[in-house]
Amino acid sequence: MIAHAIFFYVFSIIAVISAIMVTVSKNTVHSVFFLILDFISISCLFIMIGAEFLGMIMLIVYVGAVAVLFLFVVMMLNVAQQKNQWFNSKENSGHIPIGLIISTIIFFELIIVIGGWKFKPELSDSSANQITNEISNTHSLGQVLYTDYVHVFQISGMILLIAMIGAIVLTFRQRAGVKTQSYLKQISRERSEGIEVLEVPSNKGVKIDD
Amino acid sequence: MTEIGLGHYLTLGAVIFSIGVIGIFLNRKNIIVILMSIELILLAVNINLVSFSIFLGDLTGQVFTLFILTVAAAEAAIGLAIIVVYYRNAGTIRVEEIDKLKG
Repeated sequence: MIAHAIFFYVFSIIAVISAIMVTVSKNTVHSVFFLILDFISISCLFIMIGAEFLGMIMLIVYVGAVAVLFLFVVMMLNVAQQKNQWFNSKENSGHIPIGLIISTIIFFELIIVIGGWKFKPELSDSSANQITNEISNTHSLGQVLYTDYVHVFQISGMILLIAMIGAIVLTFRQRAGVKTQSYLKQISRERSEGIEVLEVPSNKGVKIDD
Repeated sequence: MTEIGLGHYLTLGAVIFSIGVIGIFLNRKNIIVILMSIELILLAVNINLVSFSIFLGDLTGQVFTLFILTVAAAEAAIGLAIIVVYYRNAGTIRVEEIDKLKG
């Protein structure tokens, strides 16, 4: 129990500090690094409380794919060295104090809800997918994911496909002056336009214009 | 203090959620940091779902966390694609200078 508490506090303090650093750090590349640290510590928390599959998926999907995608875009767009103008913007458009106040109100509302929260004792008995200790977390997730939630699973696959197509369509551009293969032209070549039979007179040679 | 319950995890989720909201409201730099703040908010939601799932003994929360992860990845890809296209057209992604819609 003590170990659980110690690990919880260590991981959550790292997560909170790196979340703060994501928003305040001057360099966007550093923001991405702190985002990666945040995801890693949260996935350690997930693994610690018994959601191993989600923790591992979090590592693979977020750290392996999403964060690297962010890093690519940050480095590609050359915005890493932009100065961070948090509170000393030129035209101070009065929305910073209001934003701070609203964020603080949201935070305290959440804390009040958590503090005054009681759940009915029969709530946990009525759950459909009980967690059992006999089979592993991945096994039990797989058992419900491909049976009860198969339609949602298919829809999430469709969402990923549409996102992929959308990203390609958005960023695709045809540039002028780039030599590309035209497959239609290649496969519709005929012998008559590719080969020419010439009568070569002796001592003269032929002129080939290419 | 040494007994870590559901409230601790929910408080952690609330703290990270609020940091994400603050990051969206107060950002003056570029849009990529706003997208990262959105990722933080989704992460906080995932923390809430997983901790409820574990402490109530119900697997449904973890299943939905998986789907939130999927949607978050799709959203990040589309958002970054839009940012790349905007940078190509306008040459900047500073939040203050994105005012083509005159909003």
